[in-house]
Amino acid sequence: MEIRPGLVTDIREERYGMQELSPTAFLISSSIKVFLVFSVSLAVVAYMTLLERRVSGFIQDRLGPNRVGPFGLLQPVADGIKNILKEETMPATANKRFFILAPMLSIILAVVLIAVVPFAAPLPTPWGIVDMVVADIPIGILFILAFSSLGVYGMFLAGWASNNKYAFLGALRSSSQMVSYEVALGLSLIPVFMLAGNVTLTEIVWQQQLLGFWFLFPLSLAFILFVISGFAETNRLPFDLPEAESELVTGYHTEYSAMKFSMFFIAEYSHILVVSALMATLFLGGWSVPFWSGDHMFWFDGQLISGFTAAGAPIAAEPAVWKTLLTLMSFSLKTFFFIMVFVWVRWTLPRFRYDQVMHLGWKVMLPVSLAYVMLVAATILVLDQMAIEGFMFGAVLTAVSGVATGAFVFVLDRDRIMSGAAVGPDGVSELREPLPGRTDVLPADASNPLIS
Amino acid sequence: MVEILFYIFAAVALGGAIGVVFQRNPVGSLLFMVATLASLAGIFVLFEAHFLAAIQIIVYAGAIMVLFLFVIMLLNLGHDYRKDLKMGLGMILAFAVTGGIAGILVRQLGGAGTSAVEQALPGPEAMDQLIQEQGIIGSIARPLFTDYVVAFELTGLLLLVALVGAIAIAKRRV
Amino acid sequence: MSASYIPILMLFGVSIVNAVGMAVASHVLNPRRATSEKDMPYESGMIPLGDTRARFSVKFYMVAISFIIFDLEAIFLIPWAVEMRYLGWEGFIAMSIFVMVLVVGFVYEWQKGGLDWE
Repeated sequence: MEIRPGLVTDIREERYGMQELSPTAFLISSSIKVFLVFSVSLAVVAYMTLLERRVSGFIQDRLGPNRVGPFGLLQPVADGIKNILKEETMPATANKRFFILAPMLSIILAVVLIAVVPFAAPLPTPWGIVDMVVADIPIGILFILAFSSLGVYGMFLAGWASNNKYAFLGALRSSSQMVSYEVALGLSLIPVFMLAGNVTLTEIVWQQQLLGFWFLFPLSLAFILFVISGFAETNRLPFDLPEAESELVTGYHTEYSAMKFSMFFIAEYSHILVVSALMATLFLGGWSVPFWSGDHMFWFDGQLISGFTAAGAPIAAEPAVWKTLLTLMSFSLKTFFFIMVFVWVRWTLPRFRYDQVMHLGWKVMLPVSLAYVMLVAATILVLDQMAIEGFMFGAVLTAVSGVATGAFVFVLDRDRIMSGAAVGPDGVSELREPLPGRTDVLPADASNPLIS
Repeated sequence: MVEILFYIFAAVALGGAIGVVFQRNPVGSLLFMVATLASLAGIFVLFEAHFLAAIQIIVYAGAIMVLFLFVIMLLNLGHDYRKDLKMGLGMILAFAVTGGIAGILVRQLGGAGTSAVEQALPGPEAMDQLIQEQGIIGSIARPLFTDYVVAFELTGLLLLVALVGAIAIAKRRV
Repeated sequence: MSASYIPILMLFGVSIVNAVGMAVASHVLNPRRATSEKDMPYESGMIPLGDTRARFSVKFYMVAISFIIFDLEAIFLIPWAVEMRYLGWEGFIAMSIFVMVLVVGFVYEWQKGGLDWE
């Protein structure tokens, strides 16, 4: 089989499993990784809540929690203890079994998602080379798609079992919002699969190293679509309608208190963590360090390679402990950046109205992502036909995507495609008609700056 | 190891299927159905059908069952609706049809290594070879978009018909 | 290759134990002082009226149906995307026809107002 750098589809050899490790070493290293990743991700989730509160405080020019421990660092611990000791309420009319099952389902399905995300370069040990990913399964990111799509049941059950109108409406809203954006999320991943030639996140990282471009650049519109649907999937502002405090009293978990509420909270923040890690992995090169080829590592044909010679022969990689640590740091920084973006956006954008959410999901995201998939496919095929590879390949794709992104941003300019406040045929807001017997409502007046 | 896991998944699948029938609450039935579909995905993984396992969860457990959930809510079946069950003749008919289908399945699939279905398949070694050469997804994608491309396009038409039918039904009253 | 799923099973086990542990721990540790007010569903202090599980709009059903159709489309796109460069223009044309057929349905749904939310 002829192998050229850049021609990705040829690279698919047996490389999963335990080539380098004995079965016992595999089991032991897996157990250690499972335990570490589980506890670290829960700790990160706990400190994400503190981070969010501190950064929110900074954005709003106040301090945020700073009393428990230095800089408030023990606040998550205090919150945890408090939540576990608080009284749990359950409405007498609730469906007891499903009421208890719902938060457990949510947290279980949220915590396992991190398993397929590679977080550092392979680590050399005396017993063999250990991959720095909990499970390098051949379906890769499809695992995340599959189990996050089951997350709907946790929410729906919570809202339905509570037997509370707010909770039920919140559950309905959140489940239809989640399914609406799941399509766009899946479609925004398709261009990544085209460039990577596989669905495993390890190979997606590797192909970004090989191409020399983060997929952020050649697939810029896919990145934007992924970020938007990622925010919608995690129910974060501006898509937090299911939890709209002012309308639905936190939505599907209105009736939940104490630890059961915490479990929903942990599930939500784990989702944010996973989506941030995915953004970093899919579009920002994952754990690879930018402008450095020393960390290029990939399992190929049963050996760890760092690239190919001009003739197509694989070059063996040199894994090292310091490389693993450095790439781990790189991955953490990229993920941290996106977590900060989540917090930042929360205090930047107002909440959508529900019809706007559905409008954006179905009438904008779906057609745009479909058209973009076909555009990227055609571009890649044309470039392949002209035998353009390497840097030029990435550059042309970047230019094409840049034009598409520019057009998208231009067209998505608010008033052009999203309906604002309900506007009547004469351009005057319908909602501003004074209600009978009320004088405190603004009169319908197109020149009023509060309306237009 | 594989055998033990197979029996665990099979037990969950069967238990879930029994739960679907015996659960009086429709939402409970639905959750049992999800459990059944998820453990079928586990069995697919044991058979090295990885892509199929992912699709099983994404499409069946994550999409079609969500539609079922919406339909249950739409029809307001959230309560114990024992009264709706049709006893007597309906029950006999249901058992007869189910038994008939089970019989046909056993006839077609039963008897390891000798059934008609099994002999028509390429066999495990050929499958391993194919996955080795073309990858998990390639071994599905290449035939799907070359040999079976007509069937693939017809699937598109089927989806179109489903969509148009749903609009026709739902939009009648709006 | 199924061996690579073993850590996933482990992680599932750990997170199930964790979830059950959290639920049980708080159940054991939390104080219970139930009153009739606490047992009521919280509806902003109003006495709950009517049935919670009322029938809801058919629009949600339309969302679910459209979701299935387009989710399946995305699923069909995945194997094609992975093998796109191998399949070449023939695969591209096959997929274009498939997508066009569904775009017809999408346009029809849009025209019929199936995507409107008022």
